[in-house]
This record gives sequence, C-alpha cells and structure tokens, in this order.
Amino acid sequence: MSTAVAEMEAHDHHGPEKGIRRWLFATNHKDIGTMYLLFSLVMLFVGGAMAMIIRSELMMPGLQFVNPGFYNQMTTMHALVMIFGAIMPAFVGLANWMIPLMVGAPDMALPRMNNLSFWILPAAFTILLSTLFMSGGGPAGGWTMYPPLVLQTGDAFPYLIFSIHLMGLSSIMGAINIIVTIINMRAPDMALIKMPMFVWSWLITAYLLIAVMPVLAGAVTMLLTDQFFGTSFFLAAGGGDPVMFQHIFWFFGHPEVYIMILPAFGVVSEVIPTFARKPLFGHDSMVYAISAIAFLSFIVWAHHMFTVGMPLTGQLFFMFATMLIAVPTGVKIFNWTATMWGGAMTFETPMLFALAFLFLFTIGGFSGVMVAIVPADIQYHDSYFVVAHFHYVLVPGALFGILAAVYYWLPKWTGRMYNEKLGQIHFWLTAIFVNVTFFPMHFLGLAGMPRRIPDYATQFTDWNFMASIGAFGFGLSQLLFAYIVINCMRGRGEAATAEVWDHPKGLEWTVPSPAPYHTFDEPPRVPPAQTFS
Amino acid sequence: MIRRLSLCVTGLAQAAGARADWAINMPRGVSELSAETYDLHMMVFYWCVGIAVVVFGAMLFTMVRHRKSRGVQPAKFSHSMPAEITWTIIPIIILLIMAVPAAETLIRIEDSRAPDVTVVVTGYQWKWHYMYPGEDVAFYSTLARASSEARHRGSGIDPANVENYLLDVDRPLVVPKGAKVRVLLTSNDVIHAWWVPELSIKKDAIPGFMNETWFQADVAGVYRGQCAELCGVDHAYMPIVVEVVEPEAFQAFLDSEREPEPAAASGSNTSADSPGEDTK
Repeated sequence: MSTAVAEMEAHDHHGPEKGIRRWLFATNHKDIGTMYLLFSLVMLFVGGAMAMIIRSELMMPGLQFVNPGFYNQMTTMHALVMIFGAIMPAFVGLANWMIPLMVGAPDMALPRMNNLSFWILPAAFTILLSTLFMSGGGPAGGWTMYPPLVLQTGDAFPYLIFSIHLMGLSSIMGAINIIVTIINMRAPDMALIKMPMFVWSWLITAYLLIAVMPVLAGAVTMLLTDQFFGTSFFLAAGGGDPVMFQHIFWFFGHPEVYIMILPAFGVVSEVIPTFARKPLFGHDSMVYAISAIAFLSFIVWAHHMFTVGMPLTGQLFFMFATMLIAVPTGVKIFNWTATMWGGAMTFETPMLFALAFLFLFTIGGFSGVMVAIVPADIQYHDSYFVVAHFHYVLVPGALFGILAAVYYWLPKWTGRMYNEKLGQIHFWLTAIFVNVTFFPMHFLGLAGMPRRIPDYATQFTDWNFMASIGAFGFGLSQLLFAYIVINCMRGRGEAATAEVWDHPKGLEWTVPSPAPYHTFDEPPRVPPAQTFS
Repeated sequence: MIRRLSLCVTGLAQAAGARADWAINMPRGVSELSAETYDLHMMVFYWCVGIAVVVFGAMLFTMVRHRKSRGVQPAKFSHSMPAEITWTIIPIIILLIMAVPAAETLIRIEDSRAPDVTVVVTGYQWKWHYMYPGEDVAFYSTLARASSEARHRGSGIDPANVENYLLDVDRPLVVPKGAKVRVLLTSNDVIHAWWVPELSIKKDAIPGFMNETWFQADVAGVYRGQCAELCGVDHAYMPIVVEVVEPEAFQAFLDSEREPEPAAASGSNTSADSPGEDTK
C-alpha cells in the first residue's frame, strides 16, 4: 500500500454519516452487512407469512381460506422470497460483516459495488412482491418456472423475469466482491489454506454464484423472448424443447442449493470448535470436502428430473454422481463429530443451533441419499417426501446455520450479550416445531400426496394437521428471535467483552465489541495461536 | 374463525378415530417392479437408520461425556489421517451396496419392450385423455362429480363424506391383469405427470414429446393416483384411476366402448377440446 493512500485513510477516521445518508450511501462493510441481515429478517417474515397461509389452507381437506390460484402464487412466492430474499442475503450479510474482520481487511474490496449490490435487492423484491396486486396475480407456476406453464402467468410475467435478473445481478456483484476481498486483502501472513472455514466456504460459494447466476439469467431471458418476441426456445410447437429449460434451470439450481448450504457449513465449523474448546478436526480436508461438493454440484443436476424421460445411461450417471456427494458430506459430518470428541463442551445458543444443524441436516442428508436412488425417486419425485427433504436441508440446515451465526456474532456486532435464557427458549421452540412441521411430510409423500396442491384426499388429513400446528408454532417462535435481536441492537443487555466467548479462535475476536466503525486500518499480524489448519 | 377451528378439531378427532389413516410408508404395490422398488426403498432406509444409530450415537455420547461441566480438559488433537481415510472408504462401500441393486431395478424399469397392451395418455388442463391405439377406443377422464361439487370454498360439503375425495374420476382407465401395459405419454398444453403409487409409475407428460413407461399389475383392483407436476390452478383436481380387470372383462370393455359407432368415439375426441370443468 502506498504512503499516499495510507495517509488518506488516516484522515478518514470519522464515524458514520448521520441519518439516512449513512444507509443510502453506505460503503462501510459493517453497515452494508447490517442492512443485508435486516433485509433478510424482513423477508424471512414475509416468506413465513406466505408459509402460514399455505399451512392454514392445508390444515384440513377442502378449501377453507384461499382459491387454488392464489395458493399456487403463495407456494411460488414463498420459495422465491425465502431463497433469494431470506437465505442468500443473510449469508451475504454475514460475509460482509465477518469476512473483512476474519481476514484482517479494513473493508470489502469494492465498497461502492457493495452498496449497489445491496440496494438492488429492495428494488427487486418490491417488483416481485408488487406482482401479487397485478391483474392475474403473482407468478403461480412454481419457483422453478417450468415452461409452458410459466408462460401462462398474467401481467406479472415480465416483472418476475426482471426481478430475477436483478437478484442475479446483486448476487454476482456480491460474489465478485467477496472473492476479491479474500484473494487480495488478507492479512499478509494468512495463507489461503490457513483461512478460517467460514471464509473458505464463502470463497467457494462465491465461485459457484459467479458460475451459475448467469445461467439462470440466460434461462429466464429465453422465457422472456419466448413470451414476447416470438422465439420458441422452449415451445414444442415452434420446434423448441420444454425439457431443455429444466436442464438449464437445474444446472443453475443444483449449485444453488449448495450456495445456500456451504456458508452454513462454514458457520458450523466456526461455532463447534469455540464451544468444544478444541481446534476444528481436519481443517484442510474440510476445505477439500467443500471443494469436492462444489465440483460435484455441477454434474448432478438431472437428478431433479428423473421422471422427464432420460436415456438409461443418463439416469445411471446422474444416480451415481449424486450418491457420490454423500462421501464429502459424510466427511464433514464425521469431522465435526471428531471436533467435539474429547472437547470440553458448553451449550450456549449458537452451539445448540449448530448441534441441531448437525442432527437435522444429517436427516436431510439421509433422505438425500434416498432420493438419489432412481427407482425409488420415481415414487418420491414431486411428492411431499421431496418437500420434507429440501426443508430439512434448508430450514434446520441453512436457516439454523444463519441463526447460529447471528447468536455467535451478535455480541460482536452490537456490543451486547443477547439474553441467553430467551435464546435457549427460542432454540428449543424452533428445534421442536421444525420437526413437528417437516417430519410428517415424509410420511405424506410416501403415502402418495403430491406437492403443490391446495387440497388433498382425506387420508392425508392427520399428518397435514400436525404439520400445520408445527408450522404455526415455528412461525410464532421466530418473533421471539426478532425480539432478542432488537433488544441487543437497542443496547440492552450485558456489555460484551472483545472475546465474547471462552478464548475463541479468529481475528474477529481481537477487535473490541462492538466492532469499531473502522477496523484493521493496518494489516494485523496473525498470532500463531490464531492460525487455523 | 372459532367455528373453523372447532371444525378442524372435530375433523381431527374424526380422522384419528374413524379412519386411522396415519399412513407412514410407501405402498408395496401390485406389480413385481413396485415390490422391487419398495424393497429398494426399505433397504436404503434401513442403511440410513443404521448409519444414524452409529453417527447420532457418537454425537450424543460426546455431548454427554465431553462437557465442560464435568470438569474435563479439552484434548488438543486436530488431525488423524487413518480416521479420515476410514470414514471416506466406508461410505463408498455402503453406497456401492445400494447402487448395484438400484441400477439393476432401473434397467428392468426401462425395459419396455414387447408390451401386451398400449395406451396413449394425453394430459390436458385439467383432465386426462386415454386412447387404446388400434382399438378405436378413446375417452376423457375427469374428476368425479361428487368431488367436483365438494371441492369449492363454501360448498358446504364435508370432504370426509365424499367417497374417494379428489381421487375419483368419471371414467377410469381399464387395463387387463397380468398384461404388460405400455403407457405412452404426451400433453396438449403444459407439463403434467402421471402417477399411480401402487403401480410404481410416475412419468411426465410433456407437450411435443412422447414419453414411455410400463407396468404389469398382478392383482385386479382399482388403483388411484394424481397428477404430480404442477400444471395450473386445477392441478390438484385431475386424478388418475386405473381399473385392473381380468383379461376377458378387458376385452368386453373394449367391445362395449367400440360398439355405439366408431364415428362417435373419434368425434368426441376432437370436439371436447375445451378444458370442460368450470374452474371457479
């Protein structure tokens, strides 16, 4: 770094701007991280409200509350909002806050782009959610947007496509920023392989994002031209191929599911060592395992399509490739267990969520192996068994990872300890209700209930009733989470120390709590005790 | 709201008491392949349970044993090549044990050669059309009237009082018992999927494509399923009913369908192109 730049930065030691300008023109990674996290919390409740409507309707056979058309809008929007609005921005928010702190960088590498990539999101979701009020209602063809059905969407169609373009743009810019920060701005003596696992998991996730988001953008653009400009990419009548869309979509879609889970792997790899008071077991092989999962995620997409009619050899290939993912995923589970083995564990809220992640994500992994088995998957496909499977990996998987991360780093962000008792109550309510909600869905699917239906045959009543009760409990429990977070933000609670926990590893614990507005103006030396691997 | 809630509660009590429908598993089905699929499903499930016992057991053990409150000192180890090689190799072996029978079954599923009977299934928003090629028999199959009347909001009809609610049609597909029935699937509008759990088949019906699958039902009876691919507002209302009958009864069915006069059958085929059912 040249002296001129260093001097300019020395003059830059003012605090945040006042008022709305601080947020609108934010370039500080901590402010932008905060905005991402709050945005995703709002979206969690928006998507959650849609889930409540879905579960209310499904509580009993017969239609009680909504029409089938609106029901389909709810399932479609619930998925889009949760995936692109809640889970992904939450992880980007965590990356913004923590990656500079964890690698000893003063900020993200591209702060203005960082501002843009956040502010695109509220615009994108305003557009997406406004479609619910348009003639013909919001998109109702499922978040997978399969043609020809999606082309029957009303006025909402171009807005759907445009909002997805914007979300993709935001994700790509966020990913570029994360990669550049990690590659260029690490503390000088932090070798790549020695980086904390959260940083590693995000580095690989960011490459996945850059690889597949343009693919999604291409696919939805072809939908757009099919609808408005007379092309026939996916229309059989014009010589196009509706199945081709599914191949392109899932080439994006499968890496996308790892985009949503790999950062959670990273979080769990930070939390467990801290509360086991023992270094992460097999740090380097964890990195290789994530890389292997990321690679495999590109060659398994057609396992989402085992009923579309593929050649036998294709089905065999995708079955074997999919089963292979269980190997690196297993390595991760075993290594986390080995990390706890022989430790001296305590069970604060972040650890509880990490442990629940371990158990429940593994259940999602088991059903993942089951759905890889093609003959059985022909039965599971598009049934509630699949709904159970992906909710087990996304809710107690990705969402629990986020919750663990928030409880783990909240004292660092706000300078206040959250209320441990309330945190534990929140954990137990969440962990119990998540199972009451999603476990019965395995049974429903196996017994023959298709997904995406507003009404069902009467033999499915009992488990649906139970799932709905669980969902209401789960939804209400998250209000407690919002209350706990808001309390810390308002400066209530005990003041947190710089270390917060019992001698955790990592550079983020070497700065005070709350982390000052500007940190690591000088690249830190990484003390040997703080190196990983 | 309260009325609804009490309705829910009484409904649950009824459901739990009268029907005891807490079904939790896949049906074993009525064909060789459905049984094979079921066995495969159970085999993988038992492996998962076995692995869960070991892995969750280890996790629970360490959570109980290695707690700070028991005054233990944390160990320092962070690597073990032999351990990591072990838990890479063992899963690969288990996966191979699963993959081999799965591949064998899949190869049999894909072998649709030499069928005894062929039916062409066409998906419509929101009903199915069945045709027996060369037999001059073809008809639409739509949601049965009783379900159709009960399904609307405020219909005042309790679905519990409707027999086979949402799983009944006006005209089922009829096939002979013990015959290899090849099903050719396509669609007239959007993608649908033809799913009958007890016959263990599910295949997409895609516009512009002719998909192929087959089944051989060994037990006569009525088997019910639903469209499995989201196809629009009435996706939940286009069930599938397959009636498996003795071969003589099947022949009689074909003859009776043909009898009125051939022109009528093909006439209804082209004229009834509209979605038919009111969709309010």
